[in-house]
Order: sequence, then C-alpha cells, then structure tokens
Amino acid sequence: MQTVQPRSLPLRLPRVRPGGVLPILAILAVLLVLVGIRQPDFLAPQSLMSFLGRSAPIILLAAGQYFVIVSGEFDLSVGSLVTAQVVVAARLIDSDPARTWPVVLLLLAFGALVGLVNGLITTRLRVPSFITTLGMFLILVGAVYLWSDGAPKGGLSEEFRRFGRRAFEDVPLLGRVPYALLVLVVLAVAAVLLMRSDFGRTLVAVGDNPRTAELSGVRVWRTRTFAFILSGLAAAVAAILLGGYSGVSFQAGAGLEFGAITAVVLGGVALGGGRGAVVGAMLGALTLELLFALMNFYGVSGALRSTVQGGIILLAVAVSATRSSSR
Amino acid sequence: MSALSLLPARRSVPGVFVALTLTLTIGWLVVLLDGGQLFNQSTTVSLLHVAAGLGLVAVGQTLVILGGSLDLSVAYVISLSTLVAAETMNGSDGAVLPAIGLVLVVSAGVGLLNGLLVTRFRVNAFIATLGVGLLLKGYLDNGYDGPAGTTAPSLVQALGYQRIGPVPVSFLLLIAVTAAAWFALSRTRFGHHLVAVGGDPEVARLSGVRNDRVLVTAHVLCSMCAGLAGIYLASRLGSGAPRVGTEGLYDLESIAAVVIGGTALAGGRGGVIGTVGGVLLLASIDAIFNQLEVDAFFKQVIRGVIIIAAVAVYARRAMRKAA
Repeated sequence: MQTVQPRSLPLRLPRVRPGGVLPILAILAVLLVLVGIRQPDFLAPQSLMSFLGRSAPIILLAAGQYFVIVSGEFDLSVGSLVTAQVVVAARLIDSDPARTWPVVLLLLAFGALVGLVNGLITTRLRVPSFITTLGMFLILVGAVYLWSDGAPKGGLSEEFRRFGRRAFEDVPLLGRVPYALLVLVVLAVAAVLLMRSDFGRTLVAVGDNPRTAELSGVRVWRTRTFAFILSGLAAAVAAILLGGYSGVSFQAGAGLEFGAITAVVLGGVALGGGRGAVVGAMLGALTLELLFALMNFYGVSGALRSTVQGGIILLAVAVSATRSSSR
Repeated sequence: MSALSLLPARRSVPGVFVALTLTLTIGWLVVLLDGGQLFNQSTTVSLLHVAAGLGLVAVGQTLVILGGSLDLSVAYVISLSTLVAAETMNGSDGAVLPAIGLVLVVSAGVGLLNGLLVTRFRVNAFIATLGVGLLLKGYLDNGYDGPAGTTAPSLVQALGYQRIGPVPVSFLLLIAVTAAAWFALSRTRFGHHLVAVGGDPEVARLSGVRNDRVLVTAHVLCSMCAGLAGIYLASRLGSGAPRVGTEGLYDLESIAAVVIGGTALAGGRGGVIGTVGGVLLLASIDAIFNQLEVDAFFKQVIRGVIIIAAVAVYARRAMRKAA
C-alpha cells in the first residue's frame, strides 16, 4: 500500500526485477507435482476442469484486486460486495426465472457503482483507500443485513445458478467444461489485453509514481477510479459464479478480500503499486486454491488452513523481499 | 503525501473532540426528545466499558501507525490473550499475576515477530501482520471450539466490574496506558524517533535513528496493548473466548479509531490523545443508537459513513494547509 512506506519505494525500485511470473509458476509446478503424487486422479482433465471452474471466482477477484493494487491502492470491500450481491440477487430473483437476466445486469451495475464510489472518495476526497474501502465494507455488510432483517430471503433461479454449477458436457478431450471456466478464460484474456493497452500502461505508471504520471498528462484520479470500477465488476461476476456454485448465505464473500490480496501478493505484485503482472495475480489465486486442495488430500484439518496460508504468504513474501534487497 | 509530512507533528486540539462534543450534545438532545436519558449511570458505564476495550487496542495501534506500519493481527492476539489468561488462571485467584505476566510475554512475542518481519525481512506491514494473524487464527480454530478456562473471580471483580462512581476501573487502566503512551511519544527519545521514522524513514535513518529497533519496539508495545485488552475482555466474559477479537472487529475498528483521531495512516503525524477521542466518538455513537434502539445493522452502516467522512474532513484540512 502506498501509505505504508511511500517514500522508500522509488529508491528500492531499480534493484527489483519488475513483476516476474516465474517464481509463482515454479511454486505452482511444485504443488502440481505434490498433488500428482498423492492424488493422480486430480490431474485427469475432468477433475482439473472442475477445479479450475471452482477457482474461477477467487481468480477473478484477484484480477480485480490487481488493477487496484497496481495503481497504488487497496480494495478491502470486495468480500462484503460479493456477500451483498449474492443476498441481493436471491431476494430480487425470488426464484422467478424471468428475472434472471435483469438481475444479472443489475448486479454488474451495482458492482460498478460501488467501485465508482470507492474510487471517487479515494481520489477526489483524498481518503486513503484502506479507510474508504473499510468504510464501504462496514456499510455493505450493515446494509445487506438491514435490508434482509438478518436472514437471507428469496432464492436464486436455476437459470441464475447454472453459471456457477453447470458445464458443457462431453467436450472432446476435456470431458466436462464448467461455464465458470469459460467465463474465467474470456475475462482473463480480456484482462491481459487490457493491461497491454494504453490504459494498462497508464495504470502501472500511476501506481509506480503518481506524480510523474500526473506531470506527464495522465489524469491519475480517473485512472484509479476506473481500477476500482473494474474491481467492483470483478466482484459482481465472482458473486454470480459463487452464488450459483454454493448458494445464498451471509458468509458467501467472508474473507475473500484478504484472499484476493494474498493471491495478488503471492503472484509477485508489489503492494504500493507499479510492479507486477495480472497473469501473476491470477496464478497466485490458482496457487492458493491448489494449496488448499493439496492440504485436503493430505488430510490437514480445515482449521489449520489459515495457519498454512499465513505461513506460505510470509515465507513467499519474505524470500522475495530479502532476495531483491540484497542485490 | 510528501506535503502532509511537512505539517507540524502535533496539533493543539484534535478536531475529533469537537466532533465528540457535538455528537454527545446532539445525541443527548435527540435521546431526550425520544423520552430517554443519555447520561444515566448505566449508559455511561457501558459506554466507558466499550471504550476501554477498543481504546487499549487503539492506543497500541496508534504507535505502529505513527511509525508508518500497521497491525492487522491484534484481533487474534486479543482472542489468544483471553485464552492464555483464563486457562492459566483456571479460576484461582493466586494465579492472576502469573497469568497476566504470561499474556504480556506471549503478546510481546507476537509483536516481536511482527516487527522483525516488517523490518528485517522487509515484508509489507499489511501482509506481515495479516500473515501472523492467519497463523494465530489457525491455532485458535484448530484448538478451540468455544469458551475455555475460567478467569479468576478476583480479577473479574476488580477489572471487569469494579468502578469508581460511573468510571469503570478498566477505563482508568485505559487512561493510565494512554498517559504512558503520550509520555513516551512526546517526552522520550523513542517517541521522537518513532514519529521521525513514520514521517520519512530515509531521513530518519540518515539522521542516525535506528529505524528497525524503533519499529520493532512499537510493534511489541502494540501487541502488548492488545494483550491487555485481552485480559480485560477475559475479566468481562469470565472465560477465554477464541473468537472475541475477530467478532468485535478489533483489528479494523482500532485502525478506524486511530484515523478518526487524526493520526495519518501514512505515519509521522498524530497522537494517542486523538485516538482516545476517536474511540470515545465510536463508543458514544454506539451508546446513542442503543438508547434510541436503532437497528444494530443500521448502526454499522452509519459507522462506515462516519469513518469515511471523518477522514475526508482531515484530508480536506490537510490539503488546505498544504496549499
């Protein structure tokens, strides 16, 4: 985050190899080998496809979070946004299939709106994004409980849920390809193309050094606000997939913001902005999910998940930080 | 950002106290019109109890934020501390002091780990303390399903419920800790160094400050404050509670209180007095809404709005001064 050590960053930059995805690919490969040893079935196309489909929401959230982080900010509101979206969708659809598409559009608009508000408060009112999105987190959680009197109401239609739980059957070679995976692939390609466009370069420049960017004619506030909107949209898509896959609950998005930030950092993206690739962030999310799958196969208790997660993050970040600073 | 750090290190009266006075006056009037009484014995006592718990954490949080760091692990340190305290005491009055000592040692250890990760291993404070928090969460989730241990009755009596007039002993503890922190920040070398490190680490280092040592100390003190809050909560609840820290959102709320109190999230500017003002403001809003029997969820929405609005006001003022 830009606020923690803002001034030491430019000094350290030249010594760091900017945003490589090789380390995360290496970790991913090691995990795949470990999974393959323990549970060879997992690597069969069928189960691999469904694993990728299940991981789609967190990967999309990581991509959304990446846009915000690389521009030098934070989005802590995505987890609560996912919860809010799922609960809102259930209540508005109320099990009526005819309302599916209007509600999907509404969710996307709602996600973009929350992102817009986050972005404008952060950039125009100069509230640190940590505080803006933390406030938004409290507001969204409170509002969604308030609106539904403490228990989710209504229900999702089957048409809505198919995005998260159905698949193309009998695809040659691959077997079963979840819709979620298709959504993921399309959006991932879009994200990569976006980062290669002028906008992507501007976004990184803004995160690297907002002042220089401003002086070279970039409207920093507009770029950052757009990053927040992308994060809100990613949360909307993630909510649609998650709601379909696991149904409606107030816990639908709990903790996802930290999961997404962890994934982004694991993927070699620097908090504070200006460094890292969106592919790295998405691979980071995939690695995290694979790690959890692996722990499952090795019979590690679910309660210890967070300990392992914490240990891995600290290790990964500490290793990369000490390596880059000793050069 | 760099313009902000040029401002004077301390402001005379933090704006939060103006907001607090306004809130209490308006709240008192509204509650009066509603047919209630804001400042009766029981509401004042419960307001101060709420403030004591959050305040202890927030004072510690102020130290690390002033130094340009932050601590997201405090919620888990609190939960862990209630368990360490209650299980060590196990209902016996004789074990109170060893239990308190053990809590302080354990929490100081966590703070040391945080501090070393941030300084020696150069892990971003957000990630470092989040990671340490996750380590603790796993330990708590794995080992405990519900309340465990029993707090010694004498401690429950003394720290949990004893009060002098309307002022609970726990709030006096908060005042004492705040006074100590204020003294450390404004009258000792550690305090000046901490503010310097938070203002500009590079300049501080070049002026001969040992940044790492200062930041590690701040992290240790912050965790120990969270440990004290844990002891207090154990004495309120009568046992150790593995989820009390996270359910109370002590991590995010303490950061919010610090920032509402006028301390810059980027470090180098602010102080503990403002933080106590921020804590009292949050607790007063709680008390007013309780009196008006406002929906708990609505309260949370308002809380979010207030946090954002307060910081927007500070940012506006800082911009005007810098201009």
